[in-house]
Amino acid sequence: MDTRQLLERQSFIELDARSRAKRLLDKGTFSELLDPFQRVTSPWLMRQGIVTQADDGMVVARGTIDGEPAVVLGIDGGFQGGSMGEVSAAKIAGSLELAAEDNRNGIPTRAVILFETGGVRLQEANLGLAAIAEIHAGIVDLRRYQPVIGITAGPIGCYGGMSIAAGLCSYLIGTREARLGLNGPAVIEQEAGIAEFDSRDRPMIWSFTGCEQRHRTGLVDDYVADDADAMRAAVIDLFRAGRPEACRSERVAGFLARLSEVDPGVQATPEQVAAIYGKGFQS
Amino acid sequence: MSTQELSKRGAVWLDALTYSAPLQPGYPPSVRVADARLGEHRARFIAVVPDPDNPFPRARGGEVGLVEAWELARAVREVIAADKERDEKRAIVAVIDVASQAYGRREEAYGIHQALAGAADAYASARLAGHPVIGLIVGRAMSGAFLAHGYQANRLIALADSQVMVHAMGKESAARVTLRSVADLEAFTARVPPMAYDIDNYASLGLLWKLLSVSDADAPTRADQTAVETSLQAAFDDIRRDPSRGLESRLGSEHRTASATVRRKLREQWH
Repeated sequence: MDTRQLLERQSFIELDARSRAKRLLDKGTFSELLDPFQRVTSPWLMRQGIVTQADDGMVVARGTIDGEPAVVLGIDGGFQGGSMGEVSAAKIAGSLELAAEDNRNGIPTRAVILFETGGVRLQEANLGLAAIAEIHAGIVDLRRYQPVIGITAGPIGCYGGMSIAAGLCSYLIGTREARLGLNGPAVIEQEAGIAEFDSRDRPMIWSFTGCEQRHRTGLVDDYVADDADAMRAAVIDLFRAGRPEACRSERVAGFLARLSEVDPGVQATPEQVAAIYGKGFQS
Repeated sequence: MSTQELSKRGAVWLDALTYSAPLQPGYPPSVRVADARLGEHRARFIAVVPDPDNPFPRARGGEVGLVEAWELARAVREVIAADKERDEKRAIVAVIDVASQAYGRREEAYGIHQALAGAADAYASARLAGHPVIGLIVGRAMSGAFLAHGYQANRLIALADSQVMVHAMGKESAARVTLRSVADLEAFTARVPPMAYDIDNYASLGLLWKLLSVSDADAPTRADQTAVETSLQAAFDDIRRDPSRGLESRLGSEHRTASATVRRKLREQWH
């Protein structure tokens, strides 16, 4: 990107969840379900002395993408780290369920999920975890009819049970800013010690879990610049490509074959991961 | 987790419920797969168990690691493939005692999130294909490990026992992430049911199909074994009677009214 392009482009990462959804949908088609004025908020945060947010940090946007019916599920990373509480997660799961039902009734509704999340909201722990299982179920169901596209743009990235949800998507798009991983750096350090994982070593963290590396190692399909138009174009291209022959999470034999090449006796390096996973996961 | 004694519960219950059926060959020591019967029906039983010699050092205590998760996926998908042309799909019983997902640098490097997605996908796909999938919680069902091994089941059964627990994160880590002391966290868990670690509070969330009392969860008596078998068969019959292959049966509890409200309002506004 040269200076002129940089000045003219609209950053995607700098947009809030609602604006991101608006930019992905066809112009003028955005409408929000369960918007903040309906005030369906977390029933669990108040009693812990935590301020709620009127949309529980989750935007459900209907409209069309490339002329086809769509729902964009935008997680607001600015509220409680984009964590999944009972309400925010139910907004995703419930929407995926309705989209799958649409497809069974002949309406080709498709879904995009904007992953900007640390995973389960620990203040709602078990209800967040249960709802994430329902999100997983919803993706696997809907994916049978239409591609489900996940985007992790940053700055939060995608962690915890929601990284598993990302791993279930038909396609995944990432930017240089975003990280994708199961366990947060602080939690690995807490559980396994600082020698295993130093949560303050940001270059190390990005070298393994940044989406540039995830793309290089085949765990992300599309690596896109921080540009709202480029993001929308990438989404349209993937929807036009249709459902993949097999989703990444279905490539069991391929991943087991690659893992058998790993020497678990030595600590991993980004180069070694690229060398092994760079071969792909065809079985 | 390393400070705790390695749990034998997964292995003990898998062995009891399959009447010591031979383990399927070709799986690592940490993933046990046995084909047996559930009443008169064919069933595959699967457990993740501790392996102190696991080549991956962060997955030696019964955690679901990279290899465990993809092997779970393989064990489930074998059944889907074998029954593809059959009308009666074989039952799958996940015997659940999983300490956590594996926390480590190797795990993140090689995409443990993707491995767990592979396992969750396999169980969800089995359920959608018509296999009755039952999760039997005999010990810990923690976080990502539970999402990969059991949470996609049509029905969940748990033993009522003090060592049986379901949670999103261990107490020390949860306190660190939420910027609280462990004492503060424990105070909240006492009055916020979804935050609690014990199985009775978990049962109040309506996610379990049955909570079963047994006399000895570590070394089941004949009566314990019969009680669990009877419950598994009842769950099997209940799944067969249910036209839905989804997870709606978990939405009925008073502690999940918000989950139901969100779905009702979404439906009203959808079109």
